Amino acid sequence: MTRVGFATAAALIMFAAVAFNQEQVVRVPGAVYDADFRSEKPGPAPRRDLSGIWEPARGPGDAIGAQGAKNVPDTGRPEHQLPFTPEGLKANLANKPAWGPRAVASALSNDPQPTCEPQGWPRIILHNYRTAQIVHTPKQVLILYQFNRKWRNIWTDGRPLPKVDDFLEPRFWGYSTGRWHDDYTFVADTVGLDERTWLDNVGRPHSVEARIEERYFRRDAMHIDVTITIDDPVYYSKPWVALDRLPLRLQPDTFDIREMECSPSEFARYTKELAEPAAGVQNTNPR
Amino acid sequence: MRHIITAVCVAAGVVASSASSSAHHGNAAFDTGKELALDAVVTEWVWSNPHCFLKFDVKGQDGTVRNWTAETSNPPDMVNRGWNRRSFKAGDRVTVTVEPVKNGSPVGRVLQVAFPDGRILNARGGGVAPARGREGAPQ
Repeated sequence: MTRVGFATAAALIMFAAVAFNQEQVVRVPGAVYDADFRSEKPGPAPRRDLSGIWEPARGPGDAIGAQGAKNVPDTGRPEHQLPFTPEGLKANLANKPAWGPRAVASALSNDPQPTCEPQGWPRIILHNYRTAQIVHTPKQVLILYQFNRKWRNIWTDGRPLPKVDDFLEPRFWGYSTGRWHDDYTFVADTVGLDERTWLDNVGRPHSVEARIEERYFRRDAMHIDVTITIDDPVYYSKPWVALDRLPLRLQPDTFDIREMECSPSEFARYTKELAEPAAGVQNTNPR
Repeated sequence: MRHIITAVCVAAGVVASSASSSAHHGNAAFDTGKELALDAVVTEWVWSNPHCFLKFDVKGQDGTVRNWTAETSNPPDMVNRGWNRRSFKAGDRVTVTVEPVKNGSPVGRVLQVAFPDGRILNARGGGVAPARGREGAPQ
């Protein structure tokens, strides 16, 4: 076969494979996506309002970061290399993820999450940004996540972020405060994160000095664009953007957020009957 | 011809890699891109979090029976694909297509299950996408 013939055949096969895959659109029952409204002209954004039930606008799989933070997945390519400090690189190499170029079998990983340990912030969305509901109260913004059925509170009452020192109790979810940068941009910062948590699915680490910025831009009546920036001077020489304007779409207010839990006992059975035989080991998770 | 086979493998890899992106416990143990279609008798369908798994017997050419365990994604992801907690019962005869693990254990990841009446449950990208507008409590 000629080189051109081969290239044509390969292109056709690739196209068929991708087209086949695109036909297999997964939809959360009851959810709506941008593809459902191709000629839509959304109304103007409401002022200072993020409330509602939100789903990744391009489909439920759009915000699954199996290979790491969506903006910089761990592909091994130069553009996805993070600006590690020597200490950060050492911490990164100590983590043994089950995904990415350094992946080990899940039963051999030291990923804290699969055994139903808290994922913490911001991994919950850098790994698996599923449906989320945002609620405003007079002094807080509350975010309720479908994934592992967790929630966070962001104080908006003007309190300062706590000082990170030996007296601050590290939290899996940190301490968060937020404010409106303008009428359509809400910015929150989080500090005091427990170092045991990973930033993403491929084991990017953070120190207790990390500061995570989340930025919600209310683009129009139907959308929010979410950006996450990691600033950790101990482990990274400069801030980096982990999620870059991920679009979320407003769902009907009758939309029911289904459970997506991690059950320790059910996970223990999964480990014993599947993950351990897959890795050729035993008793890694004697729960 | 060898090039075409290579291209088919690459294309299959594209589908497989995107299909498995929602499973969250890693690919390293799996023989990515390899598929086995197994005539099976279901022994148990475990609807659990964060992964469901199907257990089934497969009779080898020498007559010996091995009990396989093959995972899927979590319950809500499988509901999105048209599966439910009663999709299988012990004794069901089905053809299970799996991506096996590398080490030869009877363990894998379910890609699809075909029933004798022609029905197929797909564990890859999707299945039946329920029409929009079905808001409210899950079915």
